Amino acid sequence: MKYINEFRDPQTAQALFKEINRLSRGDSRIAPTEKPLKIMEICGGHTHSIFKYGIEAALPDTIELIHGPGCPVCVMPRGKLDDAIALAEQPNIIFTTFGDAMRVPGSKKSLLQAKAEGADIRMVYSPLDALPIAKENPDKEVVFFGIGFETTAPSTALTILQAAAEGIKNFSIFANHVLVVPALEALLNNPDLQLDGFVGPGHVSTIIGTKPYEIIAETYHKPLVVSGFEPLDILQSIVMVLQQLAEGRCEVENQYTRLVESEGNKVALDAINKVFAVRDEFEWRGLGNISQSGLKINENYANFDAEAKFTLPNRQVADAAACQCGEILKGVLKPWQCKVFGTACTPENPIGTCMVSSEGACAAYYKYGRLSTVGKQAKFKKTKVKVAN
Amino acid sequence: MCLGIPGQIVEITDEKNKLALVNVGGVKRQVNLACIIDRENPVESCVGDWVLVHVGFALNRIDEEEAAETLKMLQEIVALTK
Ligand code: SF4
Repeated sequence: MKYINEFRDPQTAQALFKEINRLSRGDSRIAPTEKPLKIMEICGGHTHSIFKYGIEAALPDTIELIHGPGCPVCVMPRGKLDDAIALAEQPNIIFTTFGDAMRVPGSKKSLLQAKAEGADIRMVYSPLDALPIAKENPDKEVVFFGIGFETTAPSTALTILQAAAEGIKNFSIFANHVLVVPALEALLNNPDLQLDGFVGPGHVSTIIGTKPYEIIAETYHKPLVVSGFEPLDILQSIVMVLQQLAEGRCEVENQYTRLVESEGNKVALDAINKVFAVRDEFEWRGLGNISQSGLKINENYANFDAEAKFTLPNRQVADAAACQCGEILKGVLKPWQCKVFGTACTPENPIGTCMVSSEGACAAYYKYGRLSTVGKQAKFKKTKVKVAN
Repeated sequence: MCLGIPGQIVEITDEKNKLALVNVGGVKRQVNLACIIDRENPVESCVGDWVLVHVGFALNRIDEEEAAETLKMLQEIVALTK
């Protein structure tokens, strides 16, 4: 397929691995360190590709990839799921959602379990698919569960604008959209996590552009390279981060120029600004409340805001005791360091969100990387690697 | 969640609502083009364009020249490491 196959060429990947090796070892001017360089890929889509294509296992042990919080399903706190389920269980509501959210555990059950118990919950591919359902069911309220980062927020906004244009009255959105840069800042303010650089989210950036990341380079002095999702994209982005480190630069660079411009997509940003307002704070699973990190529907579109139309429990509920998802999302722990990983917590019976979504680090390790990576980490502990001048 | 797949616009199906058929890996899907339409790029000019499809919307146009440029840079690394 065009724009896919050419970015998966194995020979080019080999060359990139060689270059990563060279840059992260002695040949480059990266400061000598006993520890591997820690590069965080923020986006869950990248985490998934990194495991699917065996990138993590093939990287030299001078590089450690830290899997970031960029998986909207993984960061959904239990209280929000409880709210969604409370909405879905009301008798006159048809609750529509992306399939990704169906298995996320709330404090008592998931949407999938609520559906099995009789709630009218329907999976849709696009938020636009909820509009015909609303038209066909005028005596019911159709609610769409709006989740996702800036990538997905424009589609929710445009769906509201379309519903407004068509005069649809029995449709609303339970908006839980989150913003990537405030989450990164929250991570960077955490002293537990020492990072050397970032591989930045490509599809979020098709919307917001590269400018909003400048604070990461300027205030936190970390290189960030916005990256595409094919294996060569990710490897090239790692090379670009290493080149910055070798040259002592901290900049925002763009590997994904075929889709990302510095200013982002103006039409999509206008739609977001028209319909949403930034929340004072929003709760993230494991990361707690982060200020200015979520979107709500603004007053002009209150008729389409499920939070304005219905009373929700709106409670914050702590994670399950065994769950370490917070530490996973912060990049502080690796999945196999969670006691229940692969035993009590599996993709079939997830305890935490990181095992639910295929973009969660736990699910990715479980499916693709578990043994090889655990083996590599064990080896790493024994033989300390020197990255010298 | 932030998954996006490249596809090529083959036919405008509803100009007013900015809907088009997009060929995504051999499967034709109805896609909303609102995010990629502006004064310089009216709906009718979009047939043949490559776009990134995400939850029923075209998020952005794929820039062919930039893609070629990225591939060229990749080949330079290949040459360098030989
Ligand atoms: S293994 Fe399960 S409970 Fe443990 S961190 Fe991962 S998702 Fe959470």
